[in-house]
Amino acid sequence: MSERQVELEILRYDPDKDREPRFQAYRVPCPEDWVVLDAINYVKDRLDRTLSYRWSCHMAVCGSCGMMINGEPKLSCKTFLRDQPDRIRIEPLASFPIERDLVVVMGDFMNKLGRVKPYLVPAEKKAVEDGSYLQSPGQLKKFKQYTLCINCALCYAACPQYALNPGFIGPAALALAHRYNSDSRDVGRTARADVVASNEGIWECSFVGACSEVCPEHVDPAAAIQQTKIASTIDYFKDLLLPGRKG
Amino acid sequence: MSAKPYIRPRSTTGWWLEQSRYVRYMAREASCIFIGAYAGILAVGLLRLSQGAEAWAGFLEALQSSASIVFHLLALVFALYHTTTWFNVTPKAMPLQIGDARLPGEAIIAAHYAGWALVSAALLYLAGV
Repeated sequence: MSERQVELEILRYDPDKDREPRFQAYRVPCPEDWVVLDAINYVKDRLDRTLSYRWSCHMAVCGSCGMMINGEPKLSCKTFLRDQPDRIRIEPLASFPIERDLVVVMGDFMNKLGRVKPYLVPAEKKAVEDGSYLQSPGQLKKFKQYTLCINCALCYAACPQYALNPGFIGPAALALAHRYNSDSRDVGRTARADVVASNEGIWECSFVGACSEVCPEHVDPAAAIQQTKIASTIDYFKDLLLPGRKG
Repeated sequence: MSAKPYIRPRSTTGWWLEQSRYVRYMAREASCIFIGAYAGILAVGLLRLSQGAEAWAGFLEALQSSASIVFHLLALVFALYHTTTWFNVTPKAMPLQIGDARLPGEAIIAAHYAGWALVSAALLYLAGV
């Protein structure tokens, strides 16, 4: 085991006792194969069982353990201690209200995911016995990267637009809308446009690109939003030139 | 949800200084000010040209002032930054898929640079350089 130790400065907030959050420091060992989540688990198991945080899979799949690590939104299960300095500042995901310690209130994010109708809207509903909706590999490739989102909300914590205007639908929800809009089996684009193409949707994004830089799954929400802007603009001009057109 | 979730204050003016990626973004956005000003100067030049030889000569003389030269150097730097940063993100906004294969982003970026070179060469040719 490595001799190195690191100091975690963890933001603590107890809504029943604290008026505002404060930092609390813990010294933890730093084995070569430990990630930040291992160090937080060490604190919870050995040093301070009052610490609250979310985690589940420890393998960058569940999206639960997102937090600010030295000011950068990261999955704590994917951030190795060996790549971090001796003092690591850990805070709850930025831009979200703090529920307790490192736990944030995700209700706004969940609500926005639901608002973009994140499910297939087929032209004709088929009974299960009629078989599946077919799709070619090329049609799948058009949107596959946008299916990889794990809803970790790191992109929201990185987005300055969401920080300044909490009404913004935000990167992950808009990327998910683009995922379904780009699906050859889906006809829900018009139904999603009320939310997606509104002032609080794609047009609130000014392409900072921070969402794509921090995404642990390389979903690239910034790309999805820019592509939706182009599609929406084409729709606008088609409506202008061909009033009454369908689709 | 707890009865008292804590909402962290956020600066509405200094936020862009918090991370280097935000500073790069603001630099890209600010570059349009120089490009807009340069376009304004070109428009004034056209106006002066339409007003006769004397007006045009005065415009050319003003361009040679040290303030004008400093501005044009700055505008050139910002125009290059503006152009390269936008060209580099074009594969995000305009990905191309041919059949089952995605065209590499580098090819889309290279096509923009090629177009830039072509238009520049055409302009230089028309200007008689």
